[in-house]
Amino acid sequence: MATKILEKAKSFYDTYERNPSADKKMPHYCPGCGHGNVHKMIAEALDDFGVADKSILISPVGCSVFAYYYFDVGNIQAAHGRAPAVATGIKRAHPDSVVISYQGDGDLAAIGTAEILHAANRGENLTVFFVNNAIYGMTGGQMAPTTLVGQKTTTTPLGRQPGNEGFPIKVAELISQLEAPVYVERVSLVDNKLRAKARIAIRKAIKNQVDNLGFSLVEILSPCPSGWKLDPVDSLKWIEENMHKNFPIGVFRDLTKEVEPYKIEKVNPNSDEIINLLDISGENDLSLKSTETSDKYKNPEIKIAGFGGQGILLMGAALAQAGMFADYHVSWLPSYGPEMRGGTANCHVNVRSKEVGSPMVSLPTVLIGMNRPSLEKFENDVVPGGIIIYDSSLIDIKPKRTDIEVLAIPATKMADDIGNTRIANMLVMGAYIGYTNLLPKEAIYESLKTAIKRKRFIEINEKAVDAGYEFGKSHRK
Amino acid sequence: MAKQLLKGNHAIVKGALLAGCRLYFGYPITPASEIAEGAALYFPRLGGTFLQAESEVAAINMVYGASSGGLRVMTASSSPGISLKQEGVSYAASAELPMVIVNIMRGGPGLGNIAPEQSDYNQVVKGGGHGNYKVPVLAPNSVQEMCNLTMLAFDIAEKYRTPVYILADGYIGQMMEPVEFPKPVMNLPRHDWAIYADAESKDNLIASIYLDPEELEEHNRKLQRKYAEIEKNEVRLEEFMLDDAKYVLIGYGIVSRMLKTAVEKLRNENIPIGLLRPKTLFPFPSKKIKEITQRIEKFMVIEMSNGQMIDDVRLAVEGKIPIEFYNRMGGVVPSTDEIVEQVKKQLLQGERG
Ligand SMILES: Cc1ncc(C[n+]2csc(CCOP(=O)(O)OP(=O)(O)O)c2C)c(N)n1
Ligand code: SF4
Repeated sequence: MATKILEKAKSFYDTYERNPSADKKMPHYCPGCGHGNVHKMIAEALDDFGVADKSILISPVGCSVFAYYYFDVGNIQAAHGRAPAVATGIKRAHPDSVVISYQGDGDLAAIGTAEILHAANRGENLTVFFVNNAIYGMTGGQMAPTTLVGQKTTTTPLGRQPGNEGFPIKVAELISQLEAPVYVERVSLVDNKLRAKARIAIRKAIKNQVDNLGFSLVEILSPCPSGWKLDPVDSLKWIEENMHKNFPIGVFRDLTKEVEPYKIEKVNPNSDEIINLLDISGENDLSLKSTETSDKYKNPEIKIAGFGGQGILLMGAALAQAGMFADYHVSWLPSYGPEMRGGTANCHVNVRSKEVGSPMVSLPTVLIGMNRPSLEKFENDVVPGGIIIYDSSLIDIKPKRTDIEVLAIPATKMADDIGNTRIANMLVMGAYIGYTNLLPKEAIYESLKTAIKRKRFIEINEKAVDAGYEFGKSHRK
Repeated sequence: MAKQLLKGNHAIVKGALLAGCRLYFGYPITPASEIAEGAALYFPRLGGTFLQAESEVAAINMVYGASSGGLRVMTASSSPGISLKQEGVSYAASAELPMVIVNIMRGGPGLGNIAPEQSDYNQVVKGGGHGNYKVPVLAPNSVQEMCNLTMLAFDIAEKYRTPVYILADGYIGQMMEPVEFPKPVMNLPRHDWAIYADAESKDNLIASIYLDPEELEEHNRKLQRKYAEIEKNEVRLEEFMLDDAKYVLIGYGIVSRMLKTAVEKLRNENIPIGLLRPKTLFPFPSKKIKEITQRIEKFMVIEMSNGQMIDDVRLAVEGKIPIEFYNRMGGVVPSTDEIVEQVKKQLLQGERG
């Protein structure tokens, strides 16, 4: 059988220059091996469809690791089991290509089960040829996931026992259960008639991809005389007598006539379009007048803390952004993940005239406390001379510190009066700015435009900032 | 273009797209998920591909496939996911495939936690997978650098045909700072080694198998020459107040931000101290460290890991002067004041931390 490969298809190289052995004409497979037959059928199909130039073959790990010696197409050699993922990658890079993932049973049905199942399930427009020889050929005849019950291999010396090794995996059946695959068939190489059928199936699986129909897989029952320790003729008999029973040949899924070919749309934005599409166009040179703030309020290191849902992170982000609009160096660092699931949230904000060093605020100059636990937890961290601002309608205690400034604002109550409890955060932020005059109010308005996702809420948030600002201003020391 | 207040993770996505990357394959994991989410939004918008893979193993192999096609491609993950990618990175290093891999480190070992750590230094900087390979590693410490170094990473990856890591941590990924975006890179060149699914590129082979030991040795030597070249050309670092320093702090990533503030505070107390921040971890700024060793009294290395980068500092210092060490682990981030205190104790009073 191996000699047949000599009737060269054009999609094979004339001589196998990549093969390091002296004979550049013969394939490296054992006499009677099925891989050669399958290679030939694939190459002839590529010839017939005229697609060799745009074809890419993924060689697996297994005896066909050197498939790239033979196929005159683009060649990629993949890690054990990963061929369908590699195929997915190159196909997505070049959707016009014809990508073939060629895999053995160890490669596809053991170490690479996740990759094949998901490539099939995504309906990747790929062609997979799965050579099932019920054994690990390359590594010297160990058990494969498709090894038959009772079959002796070097790692099942007494024969495969389902109690220990499970049953042979039926790949064609398994894949055909998925929604996306277009075509799944199992074929066999035992005689001329079945080989003719195999050839047709292989052609069809490639044609489907050329026509952009989607995922096709052909499982090929294939002899491994060396692994089975049989001669080539007995190997074929063994397939017929044993493998056919376990792995019935036939079509398991065929939607070739039903599915619509998918279209490849090419979008290629120019430089200006890219900038727009990335949402990074626009100018924010607001030319805001800088504000007069007392030295003690400059370069604040702010910690904002409260319950999740109080808009703590949003308040910090809006503050940082407003600082940025006013040409300060700023940073915003949130608590994230499980830290927040306990129902508390906090963030650290720096607004500095120089580059921000540590974005982390462990000893704040400004603490904004939105609930009692936060005030209790962080009060003592505030540096002497710092400020504590807190929502006095939610917090029924007062800070004990006397070496700091305190601004108590009944923010939640004021928010309710304006018409929405959830704007308490903006009231407090407004109060902080009004109290310290750190930033121009316009910077805050500007930041609300990006910080608040739903436009209809911007107005009420502005109102809150205003109310807070006036409150803070009237309490200036 | 406007300045934008942005999370570090989102800056990576926009930087990658500005660098001409249009293919993203990844698997979600905190604290790197914003990269996948941002990519899912923006890559298709620009005519690119975002694909959520079935695992990190699959993702890195998709990247391997796409990179074989000569296009810019990336993936991102966090520590446990990077462990899974190592097989693929080894194959890519050998097959000499350019790609950018982002690691937003979290606490380990095992499932650990999602707080920031730097404990992947060894698995990222020293190769990590099997075989004699290394991967250039860029370590941003700001959101601006998340964007700029990601763009640079693609250039280095292509110039040397190698995977390149962006190594950051949960804090840099999650925090927001203003970013000024560079112009988009347009008209990327075609590579003579890649497979474009056409007649011209059909003879190309992407593989990492060399059965003949002599041939594989030659391949390994070639890789080592490439790493030597990278060491020669690509070292990047930041110096801060080194000129008259007697003591020098070394730290990378988020730690370097605390160190900078610590140096400022200590300088206010007239302590002659400076900061050296490696921006590239491989190649490591060993030459610079050797040079400083001649003229200072002590180094102090600060890490959020169990003493991984300090090995590289030791190799450069060759035992000539003392190296003090302070670290936090498990996701605890050292504060500036804590560092100031440790510096005073260990560097100035010679107490062991
Ligand atoms: C990660 C990894 N594990 C194990 C191997 C060793 N290995 C090489 S080929 C192979 C099995 C191949 O069997 P199969 O896929 O059935 O192909 P065949 O050789 O039978 O054609 C194994 C286990 C490897 N190369 N990589
Ligand atoms: S070991 Fe089996 S599969 Fe491998 S080449 Fe020989 S016959 Fe073919």
